[in-house]
Amino acid sequence: MNLRWLLRQAALLFAVLVIVSPVILFFVWMLSLSVKYEIDNAAYPPILIPERFAWKNYIDVLESNRFSTYFVNSLLVTGTATGLALLVGVPAGYGIARMKAAKAAVVILVARITPGLSYLIPLFLLFQWLGLLGTLWPQIIIHLVVTVPIVIWIMIGYFETTPLELEEAAVIDGASRWQVFRHVALPIAKPGIAVAMILAVIFSWNNFVFGIVLAGRETRTLPVAVYNMISFDQLSWGPLAAAALIVTLPVLVLTVFAQRQIVAGLTAGAVKGG
Amino acid sequence: MARAGLAPPTVSTGELATDAAPATRWRPPGYWPFVVPALIVVVGVIVFPWAFTLWMSLHEWKVGSAPAFVGLSNYARLPTDPRFLDAVWQTLLYTALSVVLPLILGTLAACVFHARFPLRGFLRGVFILPMMATPVAIALVWTMMFHPQLGVLNYLLSLVGIPAQLWVFHPATVIPSLVLVETWQWTPLVMLIVLGGLAALPTEPYESAQIDGASLWQVFRHITLPLVAPFLFVAAMIRMIDAVKSFDIIFAITQGGPGTASETINIYLYSVAFAYYDVGYGSAIAVVFFLLIIALAAALLVVRKRTQGAVG
Repeated sequence: MNLRWLLRQAALLFAVLVIVSPVILFFVWMLSLSVKYEIDNAAYPPILIPERFAWKNYIDVLESNRFSTYFVNSLLVTGTATGLALLVGVPAGYGIARMKAAKAAVVILVARITPGLSYLIPLFLLFQWLGLLGTLWPQIIIHLVVTVPIVIWIMIGYFETTPLELEEAAVIDGASRWQVFRHVALPIAKPGIAVAMILAVIFSWNNFVFGIVLAGRETRTLPVAVYNMISFDQLSWGPLAAAALIVTLPVLVLTVFAQRQIVAGLTAGAVKGG
Repeated sequence: MARAGLAPPTVSTGELATDAAPATRWRPPGYWPFVVPALIVVVGVIVFPWAFTLWMSLHEWKVGSAPAFVGLSNYARLPTDPRFLDAVWQTLLYTALSVVLPLILGTLAACVFHARFPLRGFLRGVFILPMMATPVAIALVWTMMFHPQLGVLNYLLSLVGIPAQLWVFHPATVIPSLVLVETWQWTPLVMLIVLGGLAALPTEPYESAQIDGASLWQVFRHITLPLVAPFLFVAAMIRMIDAVKSFDIIFAITQGGPGTASETINIYLYSVAFAYYDVGYGSAIAVVFFLLIIALAAALLVVRKRTQGAVG
């Protein structure tokens, strides 16, 4: 009996190992590529842990004159697009949930199905006509296509589950609809807002397709900058892998620490932008 | 006011109680003020592009020249465009593989993660990293791993005696190689959805199956599978919608190459609109692309209805 239990446990752990190893091995290899000198990256058979670590790959990337510009661009685009989305999306989710107009969310579903490029062509022409190309505004505005549906969708679902009794009590006490929202509904909804914010930040940060069309030399976000490194400036693998890791590190850290919110958001709404 | 009828009755009653002032007093217009700002944004960045795309698709328009109305001739051009037809076929192949493989592997992974074991929460967090990580960064590392001479994948193959492959550098293997990346990336999403389904399963059927001495496979086939079928369907739908639109991975690794061997509709659409700046024709492709996604979703719904009797 005990032996059988032990065998089953061992089989289970083996299965877990098999399932998780492609993920762990990939990221370990990414890390390994990023800390090796060119000669070690070109070695055959491949070297996992080099004798000398090339920390200079990271320094090269961080000190390259445009990196800080691109980092700030990414922060501004993701930050503003997420902030604006929360500003309009949280009240909208509340209104739609309270009006029991969940069918209005069908627009969000269609937006989820529509290919990102179908937004890009018309908005590109619009931005060109408005003379906005060359600033960060086109990217901030088009990232709303990613962030606003995520926020509205998650907030509708969240406000539909929050209890109405408190809000009714506040209305009887003479509070206006806005006061009810601001002082009763909003504080309760903080966990839902956190979920919406985390997902909006990640999908906006990761977005690539909008940037390759709308970003100029000075207005690239990090994913676009990394892509351009592949095609033009950089042919050695070490600094490239280091740049890739730096770009995605904030998201990886956020995923590990906020995995409960991410899992809740993805399985409830299963919304992804772009 | 007609709008007031949309509000829940309980709140309206409360509102009346506060409306003790004269009857001419301004009445709050329901919940509309909460929705209006978002509505403006949605109309501006989502509905306007849809309408403008439809309008452009009826025009001959290259960026820099004036648009000229041409009716449906952009659409008529599609069936005679061999590059578009190839792209449709490649999209369907890519999508089919990118739905089926994550669905199978994700279901298996969910069965494992459904069990209790040490570090389960942390390992689940690690397992979902591929789908949250920045796709371009991921694509860059995969490109290095696919490298025929220096890539680690060919080294791993050599360890088990399989000859070196050209991966994304050969027309015959490029789509399966990209699907490998897509599967690695998106199996976790299927796992999460199916895991949610498993968590909601009733325990009674399992208890009686255990009493009847059913084998593990019998339990999976006749109890688990029918019960999680609705979740598998949701996962298949989401996977289909994402795979058919896949852009970042393909564009960053192959740009549709070698030649046009991995050019999907989305990649071709990008070239037409932003390499040739033919926005009229590009818009027609976008519209047809959207209709294709709707058609695939409808087909999945039909499959679901048909199999409900057989599996469910």
